[in-house]
Amino acid sequence: MNKKLLLSITFSIATIFCIANGGDFDSTINAGLKLPNGFVAIKAAENVGQARHIAVSSNGIFYVKSAKAINGKSTFVLKDLDGSGKLTVINSFDNQGGTGVAIKNGYLYTSSNDDVFRYKLNDKNEVINPDAPEKIITGLINRREHNTKSIALDNVGNIYVNIGAYSNACQEHDRVKGSKGMKPCPILDSAGGIWMFKADKQNQTYADGIRYATGLRNIVGLDWNQETNSLFVMQHGRDQLFQNWPEYFDSTEGAELPGECLYELHNGSNCGWPYIYYNQKLHKKMLAPEFGGDGKIEGGKEYQDPLIAFPGHLAPNGLLFYTGNQFPEKYKNGAFIAFHGSWNRAPLPQAGYFVVFVPFKNGKPTGDWEVFADGFSGKEVVISTRGAAHRPCGLAQGPDGSLYVTDDSKGTIYKISYTGK
Amino acid sequence: MKKNIVITASMSLGFLYIIAQTQKPAKKTTDNPAASIERGQAVYQKECLSCHQMDGGGVPHMNPPLAGSTDVLKDEKKIIGIVLNGMTDRLPLDDEYYSNNMASHSYLTNQQIADVLTYVRNSFGNKADAVTVAEVKAVRTPKKSK
Repeated sequence: MNKKLLLSITFSIATIFCIANGGDFDSTINAGLKLPNGFVAIKAAENVGQARHIAVSSNGIFYVKSAKAINGKSTFVLKDLDGSGKLTVINSFDNQGGTGVAIKNGYLYTSSNDDVFRYKLNDKNEVINPDAPEKIITGLINRREHNTKSIALDNVGNIYVNIGAYSNACQEHDRVKGSKGMKPCPILDSAGGIWMFKADKQNQTYADGIRYATGLRNIVGLDWNQETNSLFVMQHGRDQLFQNWPEYFDSTEGAELPGECLYELHNGSNCGWPYIYYNQKLHKKMLAPEFGGDGKIEGGKEYQDPLIAFPGHLAPNGLLFYTGNQFPEKYKNGAFIAFHGSWNRAPLPQAGYFVVFVPFKNGKPTGDWEVFADGFSGKEVVISTRGAAHRPCGLAQGPDGSLYVTDDSKGTIYKISYTGK
Repeated sequence: MKKNIVITASMSLGFLYIIAQTQKPAKKTTDNPAASIERGQAVYQKECLSCHQMDGGGVPHMNPPLAGSTDVLKDEKKIIGIVLNGMTDRLPLDDEYYSNNMASHSYLTNQQIADVLTYVRNSFGNKADAVTVAEVKAVRTPKKSK
């Protein structure tokens, strides 16, 4: 009865939103996006595979990694050929889909869901030999869940790789209602964290890397912050508090908890997955129900606190610290976060599908976050995840300071610029 | 004497089993498909909706859709097995791969599983015949062949 009522309310709210807003965002203005005053957007490219992360060279060569190979190619090279802002695919290579892509010190780095590769660039930042990359890291865990390998590089020759946990909450039986957690969690020896490797050494395996940070369920969005000289990551928080533990959580709590957390990592950081989850409303780490928690018992104090936490299940897939000069001063050194959009908020409507801005000062968030670009889904209310037209995933800063956002649903690449008008 | 009874009983049981087996595919008997669908909807909302979504559309690349799914429409045995045992294999479904593990739902009764699958096979644009309690039972406790 309660659930039926909730469903009815959900639908009613959806209907009201649709009526009030004419149903959808206006797709003719700013490529369908809703932006702060003074910003404009265009679709710089469309149908670029399942565009995940994106990297741009200083002279405007764009590299986009697709989750899936399209006609046998998964790394796309794009360029603005006529100064219109539109990007044209000028090359493509690599038949293994993946997520990670980065440019550092004359090399392009890409990742499949198992390995990390690098390609030497020429003085125009073009890949010299697309068919013969060096395999930098190999044999990483790839077991269905959370298998994408995001990458970031520091300034002293290291590369950081996310190895996601192949589990929701390290239960004896993954995602099974009431199944207990395994303590110690055996997944953490080879996944559920960030591993550090050398950026220039071939065929590294687990034995060659170090587990830089642990207790992280899955990271997709990560970035090296040049101001603090440290790695920042956005965790995908655990699912199914309500579905697996209905005795402790109602469906609203299950939809809104846990917080999607931003962490600044250092060697040895432990963020507590699977033993704790973060309640962003109480600003507290809570003991996970798989390990004896009930939604009220606090979790281990020894685990690192997030810098900021967002509502549950929004799925942060891209993180970028803005260092450009084009946007107004408040954006300098702040963080943009691309939220892919949720699935685990039903029976409430799904949420996310937007890019958020978090202002920073001296390497710390200064205030609350704000939605920067909205409307990717094309709808005011998304009831089912597949109803979202576009899903934000990767972020990059162009040479002119524009912000680029990828969409892995339809392969759209958005360019967002500040005009002040 | 005792042995004879046992043998006779075994043969009779075997005979009944054969009859049951040969009769089953001929015609499915469900008490009332509409009632089963209605009960199945309640099970769906509680057990399935969060992953497979309000419209049976699933979540791209994570949780497979039920709407229009070949297995849902054509392979009762397989979907009964997936509900009972969960699914962690990395196998394509209608040529797409999905990453999330599906949990076992063996704690549901045979009736609940028959109802929810009948609902799923007759919702989200799907149209297929009912799944019966007997079919669920046959997958849950397969008869041992001698």
